[in-house]
Amino acid sequence: MSTTKPPRRRVSPSADAASAEQDKAPAAQTPEERKSLHMQLLHSMLLQRRFEERTAEMYAIGRIGGFCHLYIGQEAVSTGFTSLLRDDDYVITTYRDHGQALARGMTPRAIMAELFGRVDGCVGGKGGSMHLFDKSLGFLGGHGIVGGHIPIAAGVGFAIKYRGGDQVVVCFMGEAAVNNGAFHEALNMASLWKLPCLFVIENNRYGMGTAVERASAINDIYKRGASYDMPRDVIDGQDVFAVRAAAATAIARARTESIPTLLEIRTYRFMGHSMSDAVSGTYRTKEELEKYLKRDPVVLLRTQMEENGDLSNAEWTAMDDEIKATVQDAIDFAENSPEPALEALLEDVLVDTTSD
Amino acid sequence: MAIITYREALNQALREEMLRDDRVFLMGEEVAVYQGAYKVSKGLLQEFGEMRVVDTPITELGFAGVGVGAAMVGLRPIIEFMTWNFALLALDQVVNAAAKMLYMTNGQFPMPMVFRGPNGAALQLGAQHSQAWESWLAHIPGLKVVTPGTPYDAKGLLKAAIRDDNPVCFLEGEMLYNTKGEVPEEEYVIPLGKAEVKREGDHVSLITHGKMVLVALQAADQLAKEGIRCEVVDLRTIRPMDVDAITASVRKTNRAVVVEEGWEVCGVGAQVVDYVQRHCFDYLDAPVLRVHQADAPMPYAKNIEKAAKPDVPKTIAAVKQVLYIDA
Repeated sequence: MSTTKPPRRRVSPSADAASAEQDKAPAAQTPEERKSLHMQLLHSMLLQRRFEERTAEMYAIGRIGGFCHLYIGQEAVSTGFTSLLRDDDYVITTYRDHGQALARGMTPRAIMAELFGRVDGCVGGKGGSMHLFDKSLGFLGGHGIVGGHIPIAAGVGFAIKYRGGDQVVVCFMGEAAVNNGAFHEALNMASLWKLPCLFVIENNRYGMGTAVERASAINDIYKRGASYDMPRDVIDGQDVFAVRAAAATAIARARTESIPTLLEIRTYRFMGHSMSDAVSGTYRTKEELEKYLKRDPVVLLRTQMEENGDLSNAEWTAMDDEIKATVQDAIDFAENSPEPALEALLEDVLVDTTSD
Repeated sequence: MAIITYREALNQALREEMLRDDRVFLMGEEVAVYQGAYKVSKGLLQEFGEMRVVDTPITELGFAGVGVGAAMVGLRPIIEFMTWNFALLALDQVVNAAAKMLYMTNGQFPMPMVFRGPNGAALQLGAQHSQAWESWLAHIPGLKVVTPGTPYDAKGLLKAAIRDDNPVCFLEGEMLYNTKGEVPEEEYVIPLGKAEVKREGDHVSLITHGKMVLVALQAADQLAKEGIRCEVVDLRTIRPMDVDAITASVRKTNRAVVVEEGWEVCGVGAQVVDYVQRHCFDYLDAPVLRVHQADAPMPYAKNIEKAAKPDVPKTIAAVKQVLYIDA
């Protein structure tokens, strides 16, 4: 295994709500500030894209096993939110978690090694694709049961309030989770108790192969917020600036007023539900996919930056080459990382400590 | 030593641990304003306030998950289920989240939390309110499962459960809350995973836990009048189970009867019998027998409810059978 790890890079800019305000009021931004921010956003999104393209390749050749759910097409959502969070905030998500983990600052090495089931993975090879965690980043997983992590997010919000802190917790979920009882129970308590939670529904139109219209009595998912008297909004999830604007408002509301928000982010996954699912076929058409591919969030941002004169061809190529090299480094690192020792099998079932 | 009820013993444990550690809070249905459906949390709202004694909506899955989330970021929740029957709605959080979190995260996120509430049958509550869940919970690696049978054990074990950095399922006896026993004034903690011999004897081992401890002790009293000396081993903790205590007793008595409140198939007794056959095979003078609930949902009518439950006469009959004494 390689011994020198690159320094952990927080991919997301350490910007706060003020930088999203600048999105809305570009005049208040110097051109240099704008370019710097946009380059960071593009880097975060492109890293997710290139990482998962290689992930698919590694899955196809058997380096990665089990279930593996790709995030390609949704990168503006993870980047949009995490780019506005503080280091002491929390992020919790589903099994489609590679994108959020990267955006939150987990290293490609730690994630790829985890996907390979190796000891240098973020959870030592015990979690795999669906269970990425990093306590130091406030990245609370990586949960495999649809809806199961939503009450956990409410509990994190409860703990923040219990301690009198001003952090927030961002809970990502798919649109299919809203039909699960856990969603209802968690949102009811979060609103009842005024917990600093953002419930972010990444509406990618399909719960596995079931279209939202075939699963939810209310197609405008954000309207469900009315049931809990919760502030709510619906956002174009392919536009990272639209995501950031909505995120900034909700984060400020949670941080300063301890009021939760329900946000429906309309996006689309460009890949199948998991690696075992065809990109199009039984439940969605090639034509539909092609329509959404025209609104690729990475392409949209790149185009906008080019039009603003913030991204030259050479800069794009340099960024893309650097990211591809980073991902290759992660693959090499994962290949060379040892499998967990057999003793690990029975480790961390219980701890032998108490609060004494 | 003071004589107090099982309910009061639990209340003292909660209060003492909440005083000791401000990360400990109690959450559940009716725990605060109502003072607890079984009054276990009496007075705690007044003493600790509404942030630490939290009434929830009827939303077992939801508030169990709130406990998991709070534990992930460093609090020490006590989640009360009004009864373990209702906890079935929350099992995704208990089994998929709390029990697995430490392992899935490679040790990053311990789950220092307690799920507690009454377990097992009371009187004529019917099929959905009369179940003993310890064998279900004990099946799961990553959980500890505790079943106190006396006020002394209830207090000492609950304090240990609250201090434990693992998720502990704490199963109280619904019919035990009013039972009384000696509880010391001074502080004590009973380590989890340790059985206790509640009565010594050398003819047969009665291995039991929870509410059935009282049944086993009563059976032992009656059998003593016939000259039969039973040893009553109270497991106290079902997971991890004190295999050494079981082994020591059965190697001494050479005969065993396991008494439990739940159903037979894949029950706690099945696990005890497995340990006995592995560790005491050459010591046994009779097959190990089991006393348990009849293999049916709990009925309402008094006579057939009584027939369904494990009790003193059934225990006595099993003891005589392993001693080859005609009843």
